[in-house]
Amino acid sequence: MFELPQPFFLNALAAGAALAIVAAPLGCIIVWRRMAYVGETLAQSSLLGVALGLSLGIDLTLAVVIAAVATAAILIGFGRQKLLALDSVLGLMHHAALALGVVAIAVLKGPSIDLMSYLFGDVFAVTTIDLLWVYIGGAVILALTLQLWRPLVRLSLHEDLATAEGIHPSIPRAIFDILLAITIAVAMKIVGILLVMAFLIVPAVAARPLATTPERMAIIAAVIGVASVFVGLGLSLYTDAPGGPSIVLAMCAAAILSLLVMGRRAG
Amino acid sequence: MSNTKLHVSDEHRHDHAHDHDHAHDDACGCGHTHSRQLDNHALVSARGLAFSRHGRTILSGIDLDVRPGEIVTLIGPNGAGKTTLVKLVLGIESPDSGTVLMPPSTRIGYVPQRFDVQRAIPMTVAHFLALGQNAAPGAITAALKDVGAERTANQQLSQLSGGETQRVLIARALLRNPNLLVLDEPARGVDYVGEADLYDLIGRIRDERKLGVLLISHDLHVVMAKSDRVICLNGHVCCSGQPETVAQHAEYARLFGPQAASALGVYLHHHDHAHDLSGAPKPMRAGDQDNRGR
Repeated sequence: MFELPQPFFLNALAAGAALAIVAAPLGCIIVWRRMAYVGETLAQSSLLGVALGLSLGIDLTLAVVIAAVATAAILIGFGRQKLLALDSVLGLMHHAALALGVVAIAVLKGPSIDLMSYLFGDVFAVTTIDLLWVYIGGAVILALTLQLWRPLVRLSLHEDLATAEGIHPSIPRAIFDILLAITIAVAMKIVGILLVMAFLIVPAVAARPLATTPERMAIIAAVIGVASVFVGLGLSLYTDAPGGPSIVLAMCAAAILSLLVMGRRAG
Repeated sequence: MSNTKLHVSDEHRHDHAHDHDHAHDDACGCGHTHSRQLDNHALVSARGLAFSRHGRTILSGIDLDVRPGEIVTLIGPNGAGKTTLVKLVLGIESPDSGTVLMPPSTRIGYVPQRFDVQRAIPMTVAHFLALGQNAAPGAITAALKDVGAERTANQQLSQLSGGETQRVLIARALLRNPNLLVLDEPARGVDYVGEADLYDLIGRIRDERKLGVLLISHDLHVVMAKSDRVICLNGHVCCSGQPETVAQHAEYARLFGPQAASALGVYLHHHDHAHDLSGAPKPMRAGDQDNRGR
């Protein structure tokens, strides 16, 4: 007969689905603002957070949040200088952060630590405490994102127009960067450092051809994200493939399908 | 001692001779040297604005007033700092020195120069109009109708033509119920007929709503036809005044170089047309006819 899912599987589903919903509007704004590289840098600085957590003996998620937020603060500072395009700075920073993280973990703890679980996530190891992080943190992030939604859409659309109409550009953006850092730190657990940006961006890309307004794009991205979590984890359960990459694969399949079928029509 | 002094003042004069335009300013007497006091009755009033970027001076010593009901046009060559000046006035950029006074009663409607719609953002025209303000659906339809773009309501912003985009941007600006409309090269990417229609629309909006208009344009003929005041800009105010005054100013001719004559030809042509309607044609200059004949 039908087998009841194991608790670890339910935990993974609950965490993944919640994160997919939180990630959807953020992912849309990342796509609109073309800041995938910023997210990548935040994600790869997470490994430094892991090293920090291990060396200080504090909660790893908290340590990763601290590292990501600190990186976001540095990036906000870099955004103010106009000598170099942010892209060039990020190109250097995100590789440096990854390399430094790997070296720091190796030096601190020896090679016994499972680097793979940080790089690609370990969704089936999600604990009840992790779930708490996801739900409380996720609710706060979602609430703040919705609060900032209109200014962020207007700034993404045309910064000068939004500014002339009285929106101060740097405040919503700085808050958004910090929200993004926290989201990445929390989502890292599930899909890992290397795939967390895909988790954020791919559902938004998949939703773009299907949407006519910014809000619909975010909602469709959330639906695609949640569906991909279910499909990916189901696939993972029956094939023993790793969970995080399976979710991302399902998302990518949705994006390719959407772009192929609808892309031409939506233009 | 007196020799040295003389030498210094000589050098001083030499420095200013480089700044050719300042000399002209004094000569023409219509520049920014007139009133240094901020105008409290203006929709926006600026005095002594200076702005530089990467160590390069873009604007200096700029005075600007826009009063209710008047169309003030900024003209000037590429890189003259027209868009920068508008950004200073709107508070998008901050001046290095100088003051911008904008009374709380001033409500701005802004039509930016470049509106390269990011196709990554799905956005219907109606949604775009609703995004800036809490307008009723009826108001959105009415605003689109007002600018002759009612058919675009359900289209994606990225699929509009240049002229349609400008009209939608103007509709959006009008929805904010502004008393100061700021348009940065509104005819950009619009064909010649569309351009004339667009400036007619701007003139009509001014007449109907009695709002002040600050317009950037390099289309000299339109500037002459519709403006109450023209400010000729090239890093500083070269000359300003009524369109006819500015058109005859030596500085204006120098600034626009060989193109000035032909542009003026277009202007006169347009002006002829405008005057035909009201029955008072204006003679053309021989030089312009020459130029046009080629």
